[in-house]
Amino acid sequence: MSKLVITDLHVTVDTEDGPKEILKGVTLTIKDGETHAIMGPNGSGKSTLAYSIAGHPKYTITGGSVTLDGQDVLSLSVDERARAGLFLAMQYPVEVPGVSVANFLRTAKAAIDGEAPKLRTWVKDVNGALEALNLDSSFSQRSVNEGFSGGEKKRHEIAQLELLDPKVAVLDETDSGLDIDALKIVSEGVNRFRAREGKGVLLITHYTRILRYIEPDHVHVFVDGKVAESGGKELADELEANGYDRYVKAATA
Amino acid sequence: MTVTTDSVRSALEQAAPEQGAIESHLNPVGSFDVADHPVPTGREEIWRFSPLKRLRDLHGDAPFNRSTTSCTWNTPEGVRVEGVSGEEARGLRGISGWAPNTRFAARVLAEVPASLLVDVPADLEVAEPIVISLEGEDATNTEAGHVAMRFGAHSRAVVVINHEGSAAMAAVVEIVVGDGADVTVVSIQDWADDAVHLAHHQALVGRDATYKHAAISFGGDVVRMDANVTYDGPGGSAELLGLYFADAGQHIEHRLFADHNAPHTRSNVVYKGALQGEGAHTVWIGNVLIRKVAEGIETYEENRNLVLTDGCRADSVPNLEIETGEIEGAGHASTTARFDDEQLFYLQSRGVSEQEAQRLVVHGFFNDLIRKVGVPSIADRLLTTVEGELAKNVLKEIAQ
Repeated sequence: MSKLVITDLHVTVDTEDGPKEILKGVTLTIKDGETHAIMGPNGSGKSTLAYSIAGHPKYTITGGSVTLDGQDVLSLSVDERARAGLFLAMQYPVEVPGVSVANFLRTAKAAIDGEAPKLRTWVKDVNGALEALNLDSSFSQRSVNEGFSGGEKKRHEIAQLELLDPKVAVLDETDSGLDIDALKIVSEGVNRFRAREGKGVLLITHYTRILRYIEPDHVHVFVDGKVAESGGKELADELEANGYDRYVKAATA
Repeated sequence: MTVTTDSVRSALEQAAPEQGAIESHLNPVGSFDVADHPVPTGREEIWRFSPLKRLRDLHGDAPFNRSTTSCTWNTPEGVRVEGVSGEEARGLRGISGWAPNTRFAARVLAEVPASLLVDVPADLEVAEPIVISLEGEDATNTEAGHVAMRFGAHSRAVVVINHEGSAAMAAVVEIVVGDGADVTVVSIQDWADDAVHLAHHQALVGRDATYKHAAISFGGDVVRMDANVTYDGPGGSAELLGLYFADAGQHIEHRLFADHNAPHTRSNVVYKGALQGEGAHTVWIGNVLIRKVAEGIETYEENRNLVLTDGCRADSVPNLEIETGEIEGAGHASTTARFDDEQLFYLQSRGVSEQEAQRLVVHGFFNDLIRKVGVPSIADRLLTTVEGELAKNVLKEIAQ
């Protein structure tokens, strides 16, 4: 089971002029096995939603709730959220010099599972996951995200998704900066994850392009810190044709 | 946390007219005559960071007593390692072509009756590291030592000097790297909390030779080490590495001087340190001099400090004096920072606890350097020691 419920979520970020509200009451439910796409213009608060769910210290929750299978997510620390089954694939994965991908993956897997992965199967699993994302097995000896190309960073994020096997994955603009081949590889990885029993996906994107490869069950238009409209995948087609202008105008009117 | 990043400016200020004869403003002219070296007051450029009151007068006139530090070593086949005295010892003083620029170094060369000689003949490739272990017993006993290392042309060897226990020690280590030789000298300062260690390591790097020096400082009340290198011909290459971890109240000071006195020579300096606890103080002074003759040289120096708690102070001063512009490259970098919140967030978002994330980041910070030191037999020990240092303070605080 995996059900992520976001209710009337309000979030501020500290600026030089004091706190600024970015999320202004987000309500969204991702049920078992569903993929939701959140689409919106730049600055609409899409990434803030992703980072707030993951617990980034930069964001302050001022109201609302987030639960995963009934458990209050917002009271958990960042690592506890991950262990509860949340995963955030980041738009800009962070470099950790001197820490190898292999060490990082093993440490994360052990933390998530509460026990060290079985050596024999683990190496096979890691190599398999890397290979599936077209990453050479020597990749695991490189330092985490250091010197990675944009595409390698995103493929590494998806390799983690497959290996760490969360309940719900939040993908923050995983498609940005990818060429079409890399986009296909990454999408296939996400689809392999979705094919597993009961996995939820919150796919945040600026472009409709990735939705050709990852078919969402629901599409939400995100404008000015909240969901402006929800619908099926036909909503994405409409956005493809007409863009966000209509929503942005409505929000600023 | 205080950071000083002076630059060439401070060097220029030192250039008083009466010092006109000094080629490098940062490095007073040397002399074997102790009388030429007044007792430092702490106002001198080369002493201003050091806590003289805690040096047990080793920088001044502390008696060099009979040693209470045991010294043991292994002697791989073909290598001579032994204590020598009398005429032979006197003949080894100054073999690195250097004249002392501090009172303590001048006194060590003039007063210490014996030297420890490491002699590696030409063309010999020594497979296993030569390990010299010093185990101190008495931090109140001021003593001094001289080590001379001679590596013949085209020889290849690794020497590790281990410092443990309690001592108040002034030491001069002279290293002569023959033409085409490939030599690594690692000095590990893993002293007990009350030790005081004042050391000068001086290397002369032969034509086309490769020299690596690694200074690793964990323990001791005060550790101050000067690691200098000059060249005995063109084409020599020096890599000066350092790893240090200062705890509450500790003073760890590393001073480097790469004196490019020959063309087409290279120097690469990387020092990384972590600080934790009230009053932890580290000093890194990286001096590079590119003399007129030193055309086509290449130098880079870098110091990175990771500040783990409040109440620490890291001084980091890279100095570059350039007398010729006809060079391949010269640069330096210095950073002093706390944990990067974004790194910790990234690791934690993968389920890793904050404590484990910090441990990973610190390991990562030092890992590259430990790999560069390139002595597998001590790599594990260094990682374990880093782990132990973390357990002392940071991880304990987090656990509370």
